Amino acid sequence: MHFRFTQTPIDPAEARRELLDPGAGGYVSFEGWVRDHNEGQEVTRLEYEAFQELAVKEGERIVAEALRRFPVKHALCIHRVGTLGLSDMAVWVGVSSAHRGEAFDACRFIIDEVKHRVPIWKKEHYRSGNSGWVNCERCAAPPTHSQDHSHDHGHSHDHPHHGEAGAALSQK
Amino acid sequence: MQLKIHYYALMREQAGRSEETLDTSAATPADLYGELLARYGFTLTREQLKVAVNSEFSDWSRRLAAGDAVVFIPPVAGG
Repeated sequence: MHFRFTQTPIDPAEARRELLDPGAGGYVSFEGWVRDHNEGQEVTRLEYEAFQELAVKEGERIVAEALRRFPVKHALCIHRVGTLGLSDMAVWVGVSSAHRGEAFDACRFIIDEVKHRVPIWKKEHYRSGNSGWVNCERCAAPPTHSQDHSHDHGHSHDHPHHGEAGAALSQK
Repeated sequence: MQLKIHYYALMREQAGRSEETLDTSAATPADLYGELLARYGFTLTREQLKVAVNSEFSDWSRRLAAGDAVVFIPPVAGG
């Protein structure tokens, strides 16, 4: 099992143990944290929701792709669901390998693909009292460019707020 | 034909429910979205969505069968 959800805080010290391998010379991890601002709004908390049955399948496919593409030992991604406060960890990715280069590459690949492909949504709550589903509300008008559903990600949403700096969403 | 529909995130809020069983003549997910859009006034266009049937990504033109579980997938925002 290389991808899972949790409703309780992620424990990276425990998670990294699953990556230990006598042939590994190190490991790289990424933690996504809840940030206090997004697109000019002050964020106070986030709610994460997932279509877990499909999300776990897609998450497993992403990690399997990473293990095929990069010569690494082990990889794991854990995503939180539920209500999170500022600085809480929303996602953790860890990769162990013989050498560092491929561990960095595989870790980056996994977090980027998870953000684009896995059916997880987050609702931001703002200091103003408003709230909004990220990528769904301020962009609810029909897009001005054609949607490309055939590129190699297969399942990503071609979206103007997507992709740049982790979509500049809610983590550093 | 009866289908099971699950709603998530913005669409769950706009539909006012997280799931329902629906009697429909919709032959494809595209037809079904048209029907539900008229009923619930979803703000997302079909072009912004993906669709899953029985917990796997699907084409919009797939022929639906009785008992299928359909999920419309708004733009994702994990991480």
